[in-house]
Amino acid sequence: MKESLILRSSARYVLWTSLAVSLFILLRGHNEPGGGFIGGLVGALGFVFHALALGQGATRRVLRLDPLAWAGIGLLAAALAGLPALLHHGEPFLTQQWLAGTPIGTALLFDVGVYLVVVGFALAFVLPFLEE
Amino acid sequence: MARLADWLLALPILLPLLACAGGAALRASPRAQRALTAFAALAMLFASAALVAVVHPGGPIASQMGDWAPPFGITLVADRLAASLVLITAVMYAACALAARGDAELGEAEPLWHPLLGALVMGVAGAFLAGDLFNLYVWFEVMLIASFGLLVLNAGAAGRDAAVKYAVLNLVATSVFLIAIGLAYGLAGTLNLADLARRLPEVPNQGAVAAVAFLLLAAFAAKAAVFPLFFWLPASYHTAPAPVGAIFAALLTKVGVYALIRLFTLVFPGELPWVGPLIGIAAALTMVIGVLGAAAHWEIRRILSFHIISQIGYMLVGIAIATPLALAGAVLYMLHHIVVKANLFLAAGAIRRAGGSFSLAALGGLWRRDPWLGLLFAIPALSLAGLPPLSGFWAKLLVARSGFEAEWYWLAAVALGTGILTLYSMLKIWLEAFWKAAPEGVAEPPALAGAERLWLLAPVAALGLVTLVIGLWTEPFAAFALAAGEELRARDAYIAAVLGGTP
Repeated sequence: MKESLILRSSARYVLWTSLAVSLFILLRGHNEPGGGFIGGLVGALGFVFHALALGQGATRRVLRLDPLAWAGIGLLAAALAGLPALLHHGEPFLTQQWLAGTPIGTALLFDVGVYLVVVGFALAFVLPFLEE
Repeated sequence: MARLADWLLALPILLPLLACAGGAALRASPRAQRALTAFAALAMLFASAALVAVVHPGGPIASQMGDWAPPFGITLVADRLAASLVLITAVMYAACALAARGDAELGEAEPLWHPLLGALVMGVAGAFLAGDLFNLYVWFEVMLIASFGLLVLNAGAAGRDAAVKYAVLNLVATSVFLIAIGLAYGLAGTLNLADLARRLPEVPNQGAVAAVAFLLLAAFAAKAAVFPLFFWLPASYHTAPAPVGAIFAALLTKVGVYALIRLFTLVFPGELPWVGPLIGIAAALTMVIGVLGAAAHWEIRRILSFHIISQIGYMLVGIAIATPLALAGAVLYMLHHIVVKANLFLAAGAIRRAGGSFSLAALGGLWRRDPWLGLLFAIPALSLAGLPPLSGFWAKLLVARSGFEAEWYWLAAVALGTGILTLYSMLKIWLEAFWKAAPEGVAEPPALAGAERLWLLAPVAALGLVTLVIGLWTEPFAAFALAAGEELRARDAYIAAVLGGTP
């Protein structure tokens, strides 16, 4: 499959397109169907396509960090999203906090965390099965 | 500032989560991982000690995640039982993290050991604190996934075979659990444990409620390795490295026992006449089959695994009799057993390092080579068998006495008889590994010394000290267990803590 010129030259563009779509889905999840989980799956699909075309080594170079490290960072971000409620507002863990007057709040950080966990785990699982 | 309860209930889950997530992010640096695990274990010790200090005189506390009103959101609750189990979990976390430093078997798997251990401890602490049935299910899953990962760390063919058996049999139990959750939600329209306790008696179809109770009993009995659903345990525990075996033996089955205690004191308290006798019979068979299985084996980890099963029977005795005294016995037994069992598995790891094998046939003469190890093994071994003045004696005494007081004479008699057989197989290990002459033709491994000896023996000694303290200074521990038993029986405080004053 790697001999296909079309596949090889399109891999980069497919990766960035699917990442853009996945970010859109991630943000759309705020009020409509979407969110970190499904966005993360779409993003992971882009990376898997990239790895199919160019080999998993190239994909790992794009990722920079080990996929499990990304999952760990995501988990930390999601847990961090629960802390402002405890630290500043005297409310139970994970209670939603908003930046004054904007729709940006801790829920966004939580969803970004979920996104990273999904991408990280999906790739940690799939990449070892793909050839170099 | 947030209410103290919100902090104290979130921290025992957040700290191991930090070690899990941070450990995964810092995979390239074992030194940072070790520091993070050490920090998380120590901080969890302090946080859960504070949790116990708050609930012991004060009664149950609850925190509603995300400030969603109960019973609609996720509730974390701690009463005396849950808080003390979280504290002992933190002790196990620290001890096993320490022991792993000296365990050569873990070796290059260390970058994965830290995140997986953190995830396992997080799952266990979450299960103890969960206030609703679905959340309990989720924490059981976290625990299962983490333990599956730990089983296949550095595993050879035998280890992978064990892991597959372990995962499949546990998934069957989990599916039964999930089916029961679906039925319960269909019947009562709620999964919050405190809310279920109020709603289930009003459900018209009490036959279906009994079916839910039976399914949950079966699911948790399988998780707790109760006869006849224990096959996954002896099939898998004997392949794990010592620190992994220790944390498994200490915690996994006890979460199942905890769930049984919680359900049959809070949600189904004494309304189903068949529950007590059924659990009583299962308890007796679990004790006897477990101890006989142990008597038949000659590999230390296999013997210890069968003793876990046998000891689970004692805790079930408390649930079957279900008087406050019996429940106090079950609580004390759990606390004692977690410490002693982890201690024995860690000591087994040290024996293997000093003697070169887990198999009794290949061991011998260790008393001459390392008498301290012999002493440190003897403390938990004799405590497991229930010899005074060690912790096991008091736990067995409470259980047996509640059996006689409630006129369950046969069950109390089985419990006492099992103690004698337990003593037999503990003496078997001690005589074979330490006392008999070393077998001919087996090369002695280099003597245990220096830093390695310290890392291996320090947690064994620390847990042995805990056993001695519970044994010699029993008063506060017994008082705590009795208060926990009373609290479990009078469930109003728990329900009020979760649901507030709402009727």
